Amino acid sequence: MSFTRRTLMAGAALLAASSLCVSGAFAQDTIKVGVLHSLSGTMAISETTLKDVMLMLIDEQNKKGGLLGKKLEAVVVDPASNWPLFAEKARELISQQKVSAVFGCWTSVSRKSVLPVFKELNSILFYPVQYEGEESERNVFYTGAAPNQQAIPAVDYLMSKDGGSVKRWVLEGTDYVYPRTTNKILEAYLLAKGVAKEDISVNYTPFGHSDWQTRVAAIKKFGSEGKKTAVVSTINGDANVPFYKELSNAGVKATDIPVVAFSVGEEELAGVDTKNLVGHLAAWNYFMSVKDAKNAEYIAKWQAFTKNPKRTFNDPMEAHVIGFAMWVKAVEKVGSTDVDKVIAALPGIEAPNLTGGVSKMLANHHITKPVLIGEIRADGQLDTVWKTPGLVEGAAWSPHLEGSKDLVADWVDKKCGNFNTKTGKCGG
Amino acid sequence: MKLRTMGKWAGLSIAALVLMFMLMPFAASRADAAGLIDTAIEKFLADSFTDTDAAVADVVASGAQQSAAILDALAERRLLFSATGKSVSYTDAAGKVFDARSGLPIPAVPADAQIVRVNNRLRGTIAAAIGTLTLLSPDPVKRLSAADSVFKSRDAASLPALEAAMAAEKLPNVKRAFAAARASVLLASPDADRAQQVAAVGTLAERGDQDAMALLRGVASSAIAPEVKQAAELAMSAVERKLRITNVVQNVYYGLSLGSVLLLAAIGLAITFGVMGVINMAHGEMVMLGAYTTFEVQELFRAYAPGWFGWSLPVAIPLAFLVAALVGIVIERGIIRFLYGRPLETLLATWGVSLILQQAVRTIFGSSNREVGAPSYMSGAFEIYGLAITYGRMWIIVFTLILFLGLLAMLKLTPLGLQMRAVTQNRRMAGSMGIRTNWIDAMTFALGSGIAGIAGVALSQIDNVSPNLGQSYIIDSFMVVVFGGVGNLWGTLVSAFTLGIANKLLEPYAGAVLGKIFILVALILFVQKRPRGLFALKGRAVEA
Repeated sequence: MSFTRRTLMAGAALLAASSLCVSGAFAQDTIKVGVLHSLSGTMAISETTLKDVMLMLIDEQNKKGGLLGKKLEAVVVDPASNWPLFAEKARELISQQKVSAVFGCWTSVSRKSVLPVFKELNSILFYPVQYEGEESERNVFYTGAAPNQQAIPAVDYLMSKDGGSVKRWVLEGTDYVYPRTTNKILEAYLLAKGVAKEDISVNYTPFGHSDWQTRVAAIKKFGSEGKKTAVVSTINGDANVPFYKELSNAGVKATDIPVVAFSVGEEELAGVDTKNLVGHLAAWNYFMSVKDAKNAEYIAKWQAFTKNPKRTFNDPMEAHVIGFAMWVKAVEKVGSTDVDKVIAALPGIEAPNLTGGVSKMLANHHITKPVLIGEIRADGQLDTVWKTPGLVEGAAWSPHLEGSKDLVADWVDKKCGNFNTKTGKCGG
Repeated sequence: MKLRTMGKWAGLSIAALVLMFMLMPFAASRADAAGLIDTAIEKFLADSFTDTDAAVADVVASGAQQSAAILDALAERRLLFSATGKSVSYTDAAGKVFDARSGLPIPAVPADAQIVRVNNRLRGTIAAAIGTLTLLSPDPVKRLSAADSVFKSRDAASLPALEAAMAAEKLPNVKRAFAAARASVLLASPDADRAQQVAAVGTLAERGDQDAMALLRGVASSAIAPEVKQAAELAMSAVERKLRITNVVQNVYYGLSLGSVLLLAAIGLAITFGVMGVINMAHGEMVMLGAYTTFEVQELFRAYAPGWFGWSLPVAIPLAFLVAALVGIVIERGIIRFLYGRPLETLLATWGVSLILQQAVRTIFGSSNREVGAPSYMSGAFEIYGLAITYGRMWIIVFTLILFLGLLAMLKLTPLGLQMRAVTQNRRMAGSMGIRTNWIDAMTFALGSGIAGIAGVALSQIDNVSPNLGQSYIIDSFMVVVFGGVGNLWGTLVSAFTLGIANKLLEPYAGAVLGKIFILVALILFVQKRPRGLFALKGRAVEA
């Protein structure tokens, strides 16, 4: 009996060890790049592909001869969808592995939990996911969309004639910081646009909510009061598939009540039969279906790298492509991987995005991106139906919120992430 | 009047065509029709939504024979334009290619052909246009959806066609849909007869669903004759009363549906935890294995027998049972049998097993969701007395009850069931009667796991098929079993439905998050009062 127990303990120890450090050889002349994405737990569904994209990009850079004459080396750790573990792993990457930059995080809560570590140990984080804004840190570069690069244009589109002149809004979200902040901004924006308070319904459901019958019925009811209605969905993660399955079964058609989602892309749609969801929308800065030479090149590379001709490419992956290219350019520009020099060099750096434009890192550590609205096709891809004429500059602080409308972030001139233009002081 | 006699006199499809010519103000002659198709094709070539919108109107106005086919193709992304050849072609459902201008078959699509894109606004326009064109279609399903799109588009131009179709209609449900569509159109046109409009309000009140309510609300708040307004207000309060009742029934039904899902997830646990007393944290992973088995079976069906896709679920059920039961036996023989009587260690060991299984599935199938399709009998919804019931959920309720009764019968009527009960009640006595208690333990655990696997087949229809599938059900499953009373299958049934219905009745008022908290707090208080759950087992088994 005690033998069995010992075996079990050994098994447990093995399990723990496997989550510690996947790769991390000790070579002398390499530049290390940290990859901080969950490979197990709830968020693994979204984050594993980002790890693979980073491996592909680093591999590609090495084939081109590396960086500053040295080979790049990926250091992959698994924070296991566990927010405090993100901070521990970040500390390990920076102080033990001595990485030059970290590419990682998905949820806002994981980013918030690593922030103090990056500030304390002075390193660089590239964060590739659309988020709620209201933040600008010296050590973080936000390559995903800020609300003005996703949520606001999406709502504008739905209010336009092409989008269906929507008059009534359901803001449906998962109960955590990103949907709550985004919905606060959207509500303020809609009210300012003259939408009546009773024409906005805000609702939150817990993570992993799987029984959507009541909510879908409520949405149908809210939408049947005579005015054109749309749903703005900030539902995240696992809850999306049951939500869309229920929508399609209940016969909520995009021509009646369109649903525009901010966290649903090609990757998430892979698990759903989209035949009945044709026409529902998603707002992103990139779609796999965009016709562009560079896009086709990366999709081909990605499918060859993963040895799977059906693998999808999505928006946060594009953000990593842009972020990595910017970091490489900045390092080449200053001729070193010194953190302070690279941070100073990054604003102003330009790198092509995969939709035919050139994105630029701004002084507020956000980047310029086009905004695309896509409609779901029967094959699970998204068709661009609307696009901003040019690139939109990411704004860290929303002008629609009471607390942040006077704030600007400027790390070049003002050296400050929350400069108050009213009081003329840094610090909110 | 003349139109109506014509509609009766001519065959249905011919009548549709003739009507088109008579009704469309632009469609005066064949020459005009050809001209309109030409301008439409020019507009399709521009590949802008505004131009395509105008082109749709032209196609309808042209009254050309291929109009409906062009619009169908446009809606389903089968309409292609070639910028260099300045031509537009479409393929039919079978893949045959036609030229849009002439409507005649051509050998192949041009090399540079691109799909004419559509957006939601266009889809609405197309649906309305097809609606008017297919009001006299020989297929009743098409007529029904045509009536529906006219009901929504409220286009006064389709009124004569609608009335002709109504007069020719034989099926009562389609006729009702036509009447509702006509009412909707009449109420939207300002110069309609008042008496007719009051009658239209009556028709809508009879329909009495949410769509009707929306229309009535619009009528009551618009500037319309006072007597119509009054009628609308009266009708509204009647419909509202009716809707309020259906609302409560709807919530109870949703509760039953949630309860059946809870029962499905918990029923296997009721065996392994309830009957055997093993705290099996890997229970959820058995459900997940069942779901992945369904996925694999469907992949095989997709590859080798796409025509028989509807059978994928019936085939997956026994396979999922076998897969999960086998894994269950391995876990029981390999780990759990050494840990009987040590609940804490069992809990930790099975939790470890659950992590291993999750990561194994993640390594084999990848971390992203897998698509498990819904066969036609599992998708869609129907309405009964204003209740919207989705087929998938309904069959899951039925399936769960069958599974429950089957399991109950197995425990009560078969020798294996008898031996299982004997071992749970008094292990040593059963042993001395010649029952191989070891073997029975393994079989019981396999049964519980196998049932969880079957649950996975059903849950794959409504939830994510991802490595995390099991985790989302494990806590709920334990909740149900503990609340119902450990070791009592009926208790599990009652507790699953109680929790489901309580949850769904609370949700509209408290929201999903708060509702769940209320239920948990109530459950904790209840367990304080009755630690053994709703239906506690009495007698010697409890002390053992």
